[in-house]
Amino acid sequence: MSIFHPKGNWFRYPTGAERLWVGLALAWCLVMSITMPWWHFQGKQNAPQNSYTVEVSDFVGKAFEFAETNKVGEINGVPVAEVEPGGDGYLLGSMWRWYPILKLKKDQTYRIHVSSSDLQHGLSILPINMNIHVLPGYDHVMTITPTTSGEFSIVCNEFCGIGHHTMTGRIIVEE
Amino acid sequence: MSTETIKKSAYRVCETTGLNIFKKAEFFTKANAVLAVIFLLIGGIAALTLALTRWSNVMLLDDVWYYRMITLHGTNMLVFWIIFFEMAILYFASTTLLNTEVFSKALGYISLVLMSVGAIMTNYIILDGQADVMLTSYPPLQAHPLFYLGIILFAVGALVVCFNFFATLYKAKKNKTYEGSMPLVTFGATTAAIIAVVALLHGAAALIPTYFWSMGWAEMMDPGAYRLLWWGLGHHSQQINVAAMVSVWYFIATLSTGAKPLNETVCRGAFILYILFINLAAAHHLLVDPGLSSEWKIWNTSYAMYLAVLASMIHGYTVPASMEVAMRRKGYNKGIFGWFAKLPWKDPGFSAVALSAIIFGFIGGITGVTLGTEQINIMAHNTLRIPGHFHATVVGGTSLAFMGLCYYLVPLIFQKDFYLKKLARIQPWLFGGGIVIMSFGMSFAGTYGVPRRLYDSDFSGANLETGFDSIAHIFLGVLGVGGVIAFTGLLLFIGLIVAAVFFGPSLKGKRMPTWQSEREQKMTDELISKGYEVEGEDYHAKTPGTIGLVIIFLLSFAIYYFANWAALTDLWHIG
Amino acid sequence: MEEEKIHPIQKFMDNIWLLLALGIAVPSLSYTFWGLAEIYSLAKGILP
Repeated sequence: MSIFHPKGNWFRYPTGAERLWVGLALAWCLVMSITMPWWHFQGKQNAPQNSYTVEVSDFVGKAFEFAETNKVGEINGVPVAEVEPGGDGYLLGSMWRWYPILKLKKDQTYRIHVSSSDLQHGLSILPINMNIHVLPGYDHVMTITPTTSGEFSIVCNEFCGIGHHTMTGRIIVEE
Repeated sequence: MSTETIKKSAYRVCETTGLNIFKKAEFFTKANAVLAVIFLLIGGIAALTLALTRWSNVMLLDDVWYYRMITLHGTNMLVFWIIFFEMAILYFASTTLLNTEVFSKALGYISLVLMSVGAIMTNYIILDGQADVMLTSYPPLQAHPLFYLGIILFAVGALVVCFNFFATLYKAKKNKTYEGSMPLVTFGATTAAIIAVVALLHGAAALIPTYFWSMGWAEMMDPGAYRLLWWGLGHHSQQINVAAMVSVWYFIATLSTGAKPLNETVCRGAFILYILFINLAAAHHLLVDPGLSSEWKIWNTSYAMYLAVLASMIHGYTVPASMEVAMRRKGYNKGIFGWFAKLPWKDPGFSAVALSAIIFGFIGGITGVTLGTEQINIMAHNTLRIPGHFHATVVGGTSLAFMGLCYYLVPLIFQKDFYLKKLARIQPWLFGGGIVIMSFGMSFAGTYGVPRRLYDSDFSGANLETGFDSIAHIFLGVLGVGGVIAFTGLLLFIGLIVAAVFFGPSLKGKRMPTWQSEREQKMTDELISKGYEVEGEDYHAKTPGTIGLVIIFLLSFAIYYFANWAALTDLWHIG
Repeated sequence: MEEEKIHPIQKFMDNIWLLLALGIAVPSLSYTFWGLAEIYSLAKGILP
């Protein structure tokens, strides 16, 4: 019984159905163990591989500079900044907006530097549902290639104060 | 060989099981269980208000109180309710099952005071509006110092209980109060206690410096480092919950069906895999964080090649298999699943544990392992899929199992009988069913990208407009409905427990009235009294039914797992 | 009195103090210390 004491030498290797199941379960675990590293090398969707420490003020400065230099428009007072294909862009999470709006081209690759000017934030691109975590003091570089075009929303999915549910942004992807 | 002289008045003999219940340990078991249920109630009321707010057609709370209630709900459920209850389990498993009194009454009182003061302190400061930071309190968000101090005091108190537990184990072994090895249930509790020590130490490492920062005595900790350390408390404590839940499964399986573990080596081996590897998977909270390498992420989130997942799958077989063998020995041999239908589903202790295993395995476990893969997490991080997963594990799994345990704890330890037993029999189904519905609502809304911990899914007032398809809102409605059903089940549970404990008829000097028929109980008692006598007979016991169930489980797992990888390919390329 | 030979794996399983030590050491090394080492040795970025 699970409440009684096994006495003497009770050690025994698994037998019968128990052994069969342990074998099957172990095989499944090994299959799962292979998929992550395999996808790491073969798959096109992986967690961002590069990040660095930064001074918050340096990042904020660079983000504004980038938005100014690459500005091609404005929506509701937020600058739209076009990123050069193969180049670097910035996305700054602040209480309570994503800055700037990014303009990208489909099937081009970009290095987008993501950070926060204040609290922790969660970058969530909708409706494709792509999510990464954003920390102040960390330059989280996501190397992305949009495979679909259109207008995409960014929302914040890490609680960042009372305005959290108004913190949105946008990404525009042209053909 | 020295034997401890036990004063006659220091223990009583249980009329139902024949085991010795030691008075001091009994007091602490009861005290911790009662306190656990108090904080369960607070957390539960908060839960109802949250479900009725995420249900976008209702939106009960305003934004301030929504975020406040999430903090209140998370803290009370994941920390206070569940750890208090686990302390009760530790007192029982180390004393009655090892035939010894608890090591120190003084330490017991100290820990009770620390944990109670801590829990009250944190609850107070949250309700006072000075800690709207979520349970996780991620810096640079800062709460009032009392928020951290309360959790720290609670954690220290729990560590004292763990010390008392290990000291009791040592004392029992030294004084040879039992022959052979400790029972499996105590071994499972030991697993839980070991994991608890690791969790609580991480809590101290994360929260003590943060408390100092909130007092202005120190600099803020690096936010990435904080997350790493905090999830050492946050996720490791879920693993305490897993180990305790599995121990309860074995315990109730024995008491309700007369089941005995088919192979102690396999069951204990699985617990040891938990001890070594289960804590590694706290990494799955950090899969899309900056600062950590893919190597670290992949190795840790896989529980070291899924060895701890293997352990759960082993328990997922051994627990029902032991019951299948017991049922077949009682004569329920019809076909492959005849025994399954004849299980004591009317016994709320049994049904809660059975539902707990099914919900934990099929919904909680499968979603957890899948969402915890580095790449799939990109589609899931901070969406409602995450609460969809953990309400199936912590609530549908652990909390429901603990409720089942109470249907035996109250008659055996509190020695009180229940009123309205017809309602008790349906309570696990009501609660479990509600949680499953709510979990589905959360998970499906989350697949559309609906965030967790978000007040307004329409983002009203945002400068750049956005929102979700109406289908996502339908699933939020499902979340709401499930939450209301679950709350009803929770309230029913608390009502039944309170009525029994404080006003129920006394069972002193009597056997516990069975939840099953007298005939069933007699057969179960016979199996239990045989103990290990018929050890040899079970070596070759056939368990076709359980094999069928676990194969179905494995197929479900594979389908869900690969479906998610397929969905991943629709995402933009990212790396 | 006949002493029954206990299998070494059973002895390991019965040794809760060793299990406690390993249970603290293994996750602390694999998750905590390795993770902190990575976070605190993260390189400073040169922003383009």
